[in-house]
Amino acid sequence: MSVLVGKQTRLIVQGMTGSAGAFHARQMLEYGTNLVAGVTPGKKGAKVEGLEKVPVFDTVAEAIRETGANATVIYVPPPFAADAIMEAAAAGLKLIVTITEGIPTRDMLRARALLQSDYPDAVLVGPNCPGVITPGECKIGIMPGYIHKPGDVGVVSRSGTLTYEVVHQLSSLGLGQSTAIGIGGDPVKGLDFIDCIALFNADPATRAIFMIGEIGGSSEEAAAAYIKANVKKPVAAFIAGQTAPPGKRMGHAGAIIAGGKGTAKEKIAALTAAGIAVAKTPAEMGVTLKSVL
Amino acid sequence: MKIHEYQGKELFRRYGIPVPLGEPAMSVDEAIAAVPRVQRASGVDVVVVKAQIHAGGRGKGGGVKVARSREEADKAVRAIFGMNLVTHQTGPEGKKVQRLLVEQGLDIDKEYYLGVTLDRAAGRVTIMASSEGGMDIEEVAASHPEKILRAALHPALGYQEHQGRALGFGLGLDAKQVAQFSKILASLCRMYDEMDCSLVEVNPLITTKDGRVLALDAKVNFDDNALDRHPELSDWRDLSEEDPAEIEAKKFDLSYIALDGNIGCMVNGAGLAMSTMDIIQHYGGQPANFLDVGGGATTEKVTAAFKIITRDPAVKGIFVNIFGGIMKCDTIANGVLKAVVEVGLKVPLVVRLEGTNVELGKKILGSSGLDLYAAADMADGARKIVELAGGAR
Repeated sequence: MSVLVGKQTRLIVQGMTGSAGAFHARQMLEYGTNLVAGVTPGKKGAKVEGLEKVPVFDTVAEAIRETGANATVIYVPPPFAADAIMEAAAAGLKLIVTITEGIPTRDMLRARALLQSDYPDAVLVGPNCPGVITPGECKIGIMPGYIHKPGDVGVVSRSGTLTYEVVHQLSSLGLGQSTAIGIGGDPVKGLDFIDCIALFNADPATRAIFMIGEIGGSSEEAAAAYIKANVKKPVAAFIAGQTAPPGKRMGHAGAIIAGGKGTAKEKIAALTAAGIAVAKTPAEMGVTLKSVL
Repeated sequence: MKIHEYQGKELFRRYGIPVPLGEPAMSVDEAIAAVPRVQRASGVDVVVVKAQIHAGGRGKGGGVKVARSREEADKAVRAIFGMNLVTHQTGPEGKKVQRLLVEQGLDIDKEYYLGVTLDRAAGRVTIMASSEGGMDIEEVAASHPEKILRAALHPALGYQEHQGRALGFGLGLDAKQVAQFSKILASLCRMYDEMDCSLVEVNPLITTKDGRVLALDAKVNFDDNALDRHPELSDWRDLSEEDPAEIEAKKFDLSYIALDGNIGCMVNGAGLAMSTMDIIQHYGGQPANFLDVGGGATTEKVTAAFKIITRDPAVKGIFVNIFGGIMKCDTIANGVLKAVVEVGLKVPLVVRLEGTNVELGKKILGSSGLDLYAAADMADGARKIVELAGGAR
């Protein structure tokens, strides 16, 4: 067992004929992901190097009809990415993982509002995220597959390379992962911490949870309250940006301390108050999780 | 992206939002020449001379002066133009004033705060209005949260009239003023949406003694991810307001922010870059910058990043912290070598590599003859660079 993705996942890649899409499609295929189709408007029948057995279609609906796909990953360039999300939802897909970085906020507000009103069953992960992986079964996204190990720690993170860092630390300590979810660093996104923690909490194969937050917004505080009220499994956490100056956007569009709100200090205090073990440094994420098992 | 007040007001005018009569000026002479024109057009002698810098808090710092005559205006212009304006947002080094706005003076009855921005928790663009105008809205939010009225906009439907009535009457405006206020809100929200804004603030929005409602200030920020859709805005970018190193970094698609410390950092990924700063501080050091080389760093990008880091004279050591995922460690190692050959290396260098092709990367650096410390892990690297850069402070 795991959450969101696994052996049952039949994946399409929107934007597979682009360079990033093609590169990561090959990596996913190599990892063992059940990649059934690519979609690029106007490129039906195209052959992509190293992906000759993966048919390319013009539309998501056609790809589903022909291959029985049940999930998508989006590598479409930013100006067209929100439209790609809406196309996937309209075609009936229930899992939409969006890797694209730099989608305008206005586009994401509209796409998310449409999903909430018309396709409430569709789960959006991202945008601007590394993706979702259930080690040994299914990798959707851009994370290096080999650092992961099958196991029972659920990982949820706003940051890409920091997710790799914690996964690597966990694997080195002999702690495998049930599923690792990168929710992305944008202010308007799909799944948030609470959604992922609820999934892990309900998953019998997940024994403990590690969450990586960062400065900006208040999702970590909301997650802390949720964990305190609902989660019996051990939880450990890390918050990036303890020394970030206010008013400066630290790479991610969402990582900014604005109006004195969203500081790491507040988030760490909220997590600690909820009984969550917070790693002092990014080098101690793995051992912190191990200490609460 | 940020723009100046006078540019924001130009945008307001295009959207039919009432603002005072005024003229921007790029020199003392231009500003002095603008004074009589503004006086004539408005029919009153009182003008306001406002420093145009991107930071807020200009009034408190002495960057805004009311003048009752041409002579007073003259003095105000000479006092403000070229001054080093220090506000709570500029930092202690301040900001040199190189642009002015000369505006008509108005008979203010009351001041209000009006802001439009994204409420992340709600996932909605939200209007905030308060009767505590002119004040720092963050202070109001902290001390009197009940004095901030809010209305969330539906992403597809946008602003609705009833929201303006609720806010306007809530602020204590009379029926005639509420009608004007609602019209302003409708335009402001349409502008926010069409122009891909990330923040619009009017602080203060005023009512005049003769019952009019006007925007006395205009702070407009745009979503950087949407600038391609608004090529006309590129003319409004004021590069003198931005850090030269940050501008240089953007050319190479690097995310760089200058900080006060002495340890230069080069990291892949924003989260890891932020936590690298954190761990340096944890061991008693101070990072000189935030630098994310991104996921697809090439040799050119790594070289550019090195150049930018070493240009900062405060840098006494460099910490390269890479978790190679898609990016391979050997690529990074080669990039570092090339950069050192091109740029030279005058300060200690600590490199921590992990991830894809890590052994190959370490071998490349190890056999290069380069004087560097290969860290076993992030903590080891952070400790070492703090020591080499002069120890904990």
